[in-house]
Amino acid sequence: MQVGVGLPTTIPGTRGDVVLDWARRADAGPFSSVAVLDRLLYDSYDPLISLAAAAGATTRVRLATLIVIGPLRNPALLAKSAASLDALSGGRLTLGLSVGARHDDYEAAGVDYRTRGKRLVEQLATFRDHWEDERIGPAPARPGGPELLVGGLTDAAYARVARYADGYVHNGGPPRAFARAAERVRAAWLDAGRPGKPRLWGQSYFALGGEAAAEAGTAYLRDYYAFTGHFVERIVAELLTTPQGIAQLIRGYAEAGCDELALFPATSDPSELERLADVITSLAGTVTLPAPVTAAPSAQPFVGAPIGHPHAGRPGRGKDSR
Amino acid sequence: MKITILGAGPAGLYCGLLLKKANPAHEITIIERNPPDATYGWGVVFSDRTLAAFQEADYKSYRAITGRFVLWDAIDTYYRGELVRCGGHVFAGLSRKELLGILQARCRELGVALQFHTEVPDLAALSEFDLLIAADGVNSLVRRAYEETFKPRLVPGTARYVWFGTDKVLDAFTFIFRENEHGFFQVHSYPFSGTMSTFIVECDEETWRRAGLDTASEAESIAYCERLFAPELGGCHLYPNKSSWISFVTVKCATWRRGNVVLLGDSAHTAHFSIGSGTKLAMEDAIALANAIEQHPDLTTALAGYEMVRRPVVETLQAAAAESQAYFEGVRRYSRLEPVEFAFNLLTRSRRISYDDLRLRDPRFGELVDRWFERHYWAHEHKRVYSLIAPAPMLTPLALRGLTLPNRVVFSPGAALTEPAPAEEGTPALAYALEAVCLAQEGAGLVLTEPVAVSAEGRVTPDDNGLYRPEHVRAWRRITHALHDQTSACIGVLLSHAGRRGATRPRREGLDRPLRAGRWPLIAPSTLPFASTSQLPRALDRAGMDAVRDDFVRAARLAAEAGFDLLALHMGHGYLLASFLSPLVNRREDEYGGSLENRLRFPLEVLDAVRAAWPAKQPLAVALTVDDCCPGGLTYTDAVAITRTLAAHGCDLVVPLAGQTVPDAGPTYARGFLTGYAERLRNDAEILVLVGGYLTTTNEVNTLLAGGRADLCLMIPPAAPERAAGERLAAVSAPVAETASAARPTVAPDTVERGGGVAGAGGSGGRRPRTMAAASQHGGAMTQHDGEGK
Repeated sequence: MQVGVGLPTTIPGTRGDVVLDWARRADAGPFSSVAVLDRLLYDSYDPLISLAAAAGATTRVRLATLIVIGPLRNPALLAKSAASLDALSGGRLTLGLSVGARHDDYEAAGVDYRTRGKRLVEQLATFRDHWEDERIGPAPARPGGPELLVGGLTDAAYARVARYADGYVHNGGPPRAFARAAERVRAAWLDAGRPGKPRLWGQSYFALGGEAAAEAGTAYLRDYYAFTGHFVERIVAELLTTPQGIAQLIRGYAEAGCDELALFPATSDPSELERLADVITSLAGTVTLPAPVTAAPSAQPFVGAPIGHPHAGRPGRGKDSR
Repeated sequence: MKITILGAGPAGLYCGLLLKKANPAHEITIIERNPPDATYGWGVVFSDRTLAAFQEADYKSYRAITGRFVLWDAIDTYYRGELVRCGGHVFAGLSRKELLGILQARCRELGVALQFHTEVPDLAALSEFDLLIAADGVNSLVRRAYEETFKPRLVPGTARYVWFGTDKVLDAFTFIFRENEHGFFQVHSYPFSGTMSTFIVECDEETWRRAGLDTASEAESIAYCERLFAPELGGCHLYPNKSSWISFVTVKCATWRRGNVVLLGDSAHTAHFSIGSGTKLAMEDAIALANAIEQHPDLTTALAGYEMVRRPVVETLQAAAAESQAYFEGVRRYSRLEPVEFAFNLLTRSRRISYDDLRLRDPRFGELVDRWFERHYWAHEHKRVYSLIAPAPMLTPLALRGLTLPNRVVFSPGAALTEPAPAEEGTPALAYALEAVCLAQEGAGLVLTEPVAVSAEGRVTPDDNGLYRPEHVRAWRRITHALHDQTSACIGVLLSHAGRRGATRPRREGLDRPLRAGRWPLIAPSTLPFASTSQLPRALDRAGMDAVRDDFVRAARLAAEAGFDLLALHMGHGYLLASFLSPLVNRREDEYGGSLENRLRFPLEVLDAVRAAWPAKQPLAVALTVDDCCPGGLTYTDAVAITRTLAAHGCDLVVPLAGQTVPDAGPTYARGFLTGYAERLRNDAEILVLVGGYLTTTNEVNTLLAGGRADLCLMIPPAAPERAAGERLAAVSAPVAETASAARPTVAPDTVERGGGVAGAGGSGGRRPRTMAAASQHGGAMTQHDGEGK
C-alpha cells in the first residue's frame, strides 16, 4: 500500500502559499500522492485548480481528486480540465468522481440534485471517449486518459466502478468499514468480468501536533461535516491523533487490500506534514515508500506508474529526518 | 425533568428505572392500560452480550433477572420424525411476567410512578411533560399520532402464528416441523421457567385456512395443535394467553424522534420473533436512551445521540430477522432436504452462523454433518452404509453423469489472473493456460473457463477466448491435457455468443464501450441497442438463428475434441441467448417472443442441438440469469420455470447469475450476492446448482454445501502474497509448453479420443495426480506471463 497526503485546501483560512508549500514538501517526503477534496459552499479551494498549482510545485507525486463532485460541473468542461491537468503534470492525475452529499452545493451550482446519478454516469461513460477523440484535447498522457475512480457508499457506486472506472475511493472510516466496501467493489468487478483488480483508495484525517492540534482538528471537522448532523461525532472520533493510531489504521487498510491511503490534515499547520512524514517513514514494512529523490529533479516528468512502482521501502530515512 | 412514559412493558419500565436512578430529580410517570400482572406472551430470551449490558446498566435488576433464569445450550430440530440436536448455543430465558415483576418492583423502589389501568385515548389527554417516551408497543398510539414525522412502514408477514404456553419441560430451544393434509407447520419453542415453555405455532396463510384455523376458537386452535404435535408434546398441554392467530408486522420508521417525543422498542421497530430479539432490542434501547439523556443536557442532542447509537444495531438485527422470517415463510421449499441438512440449513439461516461456527460450538454435530454429507452425496452411490472418516463437504466428490469431480470447489482462470491475458484471435493466452492448470494443481475440483465465443462475431471483445478454429482446439487441448495429466481435476468450457453486447473494447477499458475500429455486425432478438452508445444490432431471422445454433453445435464438437469434461451454455448477463429470455430485450412478435415459452424457444433449440452433439456421458450446464433486477424484466419465478424446462432437456447443472441484462441494473453486490438465488433455485426447481457471487473462504463454501443451498461453489482465489505467483506458474509452465509443442505440429489422432475417453471414464474416481518435481526442472522459461505487478 502507498500512502498519500491531503492538501489543506478545505481548511478555512489556509493561505495559497501554505497549500503550495505543503505540496512541495509532500513531493520531497515519503508520500505517493497529494489529494484534494471538493466542496462548493465553503471557504475552500477548487480541487482541479489546486492540483494544477500543485502540479507546478511538484515533480513526482500523483495528483488525486478524492473526489471532485462531477455532476456539479459541465461534463465537457470537466473533461477538458482533467485532460489539461493530466497533460500538464506529465500524466500524474488520478480523477476521483462522486455525486457528493450536499444539496446546497447543487442548489448553488444551479444543478438539480435529483439528476446527480444520471449526470455522473454520463460523465463516466463519455470522458474516455472525449479524451481519446482528442476533440477535447490535449491528448492524455497515457492511453485512455487519467486513472478514473468512483466514490460513494451506495450499490450504484460499486456497480459504476465495475462498469466504467479503474478503481474506487472510500469515504473514510475504520478499516472494517473500508473492508466491507472493498468487498462489494470486488464482487461487482468480478461479476463484470473486468480483468485484474480495481484500484482501491482509502482516506482518513490526522492531527498529530498534540492536544491543541487535536482540538483545532476536531473543531474543523465539526464545522466541515456539520451537515451530517450527529454523524459528525463519528468522524471526529476517528480523527487520528497519535502515531500509534496511524500505524494501526495503515495496517488495517493494507490488510483490507487498500492500494493507496490518503491522509488528510485537519489543521493546516505545516509541522503536521513533517510529523506525518516521520510516522510514514517508520512504517516502511507496511507502506511502499517512493524511491529516494536523487540529486537534481529530473526534467523528465514522472509518467504515472501507480501500481508498478518497482521499489520497496528504504529503511533508515525516518530516524535521520527526526 | 418531567418524563411521561407510555407503556409498562420491559422497554418502558427499564427506561424509567434507569432514568430515575441516574437522576432522582426526574419526575417519571409510566402509564399502562393493563393491570400490573397482565401480560401477553410467555417467555423472553436474552444473549450473553445483552446480559453484560444489563449488568452495567443496573446491577440490582440484573441480579434479580439472572436469578430467575433458565439456561440451555442446545437447539433441537424435529423434522420428518427425526430429531437432530446441536449444542453450544448459549441461551437464557425467563418468564415475561417475572421480568415485568422485577422491573416494576425496581421502579417502585426508585420512586418511579406507575399508573396501571389507565387508558390514554389521545395524546391531548396527557398532562404536561418535558419528555414523552413512547414505549407503547407495535400499535403505538404516539407513532400513529405523528405519522407524518415518523413515517412508519408497516409490513405484515405472509405467515400466521400464535403464542401458546406449554407444561412440556424442554431442555433445548426446540423447532418442530410437521406436514399434514392441510400444509406445513412449524413450532418455535423454548423453556422460560422450571415448569413452562413458550410454544409458538406458525404456518402459511393457505395452510391456516385449509386447517380451518381462520375460524377456529382459541380452544379449537389448541385442540388442533395438541393433536398435530402430540408426538413431541408427549401428553402435555398447550395453554392460551389471549392467543390469536396473527401476522407478524415489521415496523420501520424514518425517524424515532419528534421534538420532545421519542419512540422506544416495538413502537420504533420490530424484528421477527424467530431470532428472539424483540425484548432484547427494547431493553437495549432503554439503556441507550437513558445514557444519552444523562450525557447530553440538551434534549435534542440526547435524542439524536440515542437514535444514532441504536439505529445501526437495530437495522443490522432487522436485516437478520428479515432473513430468518423469509426462511420460515418459505421453509416448505426445503422439505426435500434430509433431516441433517435441513437442520444445518435452519441453524445457518440468518447467515450469521457458519459451518465453522457450528463445528466450534458442537464438534460432535460438525462430525455428524460431514459424515452425513459424504454418505448421502457420495458414498451412498458406492454402497457404503456409513462413513467413519469424512472430509468437509467441499472435499466430497460429485458425480455428474459419467464425470466425477474430485471435490466441489470451482475456480475460473480469469478471476485469478492479476493482469489481463488477452486472447489472440480467439486463441487463449499462455498466461490464461498456465493459470487454468495452476488452479487445478492448487486443488480445484473443476476449472471453468470464462465465456468462450462460439464464433468470431460471438466475441464480446477482441480479447475474448474462442472455440471456432482449429488453432483454438489445439490451444485448449494443451490446457486440458496438462490438467488431466497432472491432476484429478476436471475442466469445463462456458460457450457463449455475445449478441448485442459484442464488438466492444477490452474490458480493462470498461464495459460495453463499442470498438472504434474493426467492429463486426451485432445480432439480437430485436433491434434494440444494449446502451445508448452501443452499436445497433440486427434482429435475427430464421436463417440467422440456424447459423448461431450451428456455431454452438460446432463449438460443442470442438470442445469434446479439445478434451473438455463439462460444457456450459451461457444464457446470462445479456448475451445472445439471455437476451431472448428477457422481455426487456426480446420484443419479437413471432413464435420466439412474447410468452415465456416463446422466449425460451430459441435457447432451447440451441440446448437440444448442443446436447445431441455433446457426448451423452458428459455433463452439460447452463449459466442463467435468474433475475434481470429491473422492472419489467425476467424474474426469479420465470427462472424457476425455465430451469425446470432446461433440466427436462438434459441440463444437469445451473449457474445462477443476476443483472447485466440492461446497463446499470444489477444485484446488490456483496459477499455471496448470488447465494440467495442459488438456494431457492436448487430447492424450488430441484436441480444441481453451481453458485458464485464472490465467495472467498472455504467456510462459506462448506456452509452453502452442508445446508443444501448449492452443489458446487465458484471461489475467488486469494491474491498475492498468499499465492507466490512466480513459483506456482513455473511449476506448470514447462508441461503446458511441452504439451503445446507436442500438440502443435502433429495432432495425434488418439489425443482426440483420449480427450473424450478420459472424461467418460471419470466415474471411476479420478486420475492419477503426478508430482511436478520432474516437470518443473524445465520451468521458468515462460514466467514472463506470471502477472507480476507488485
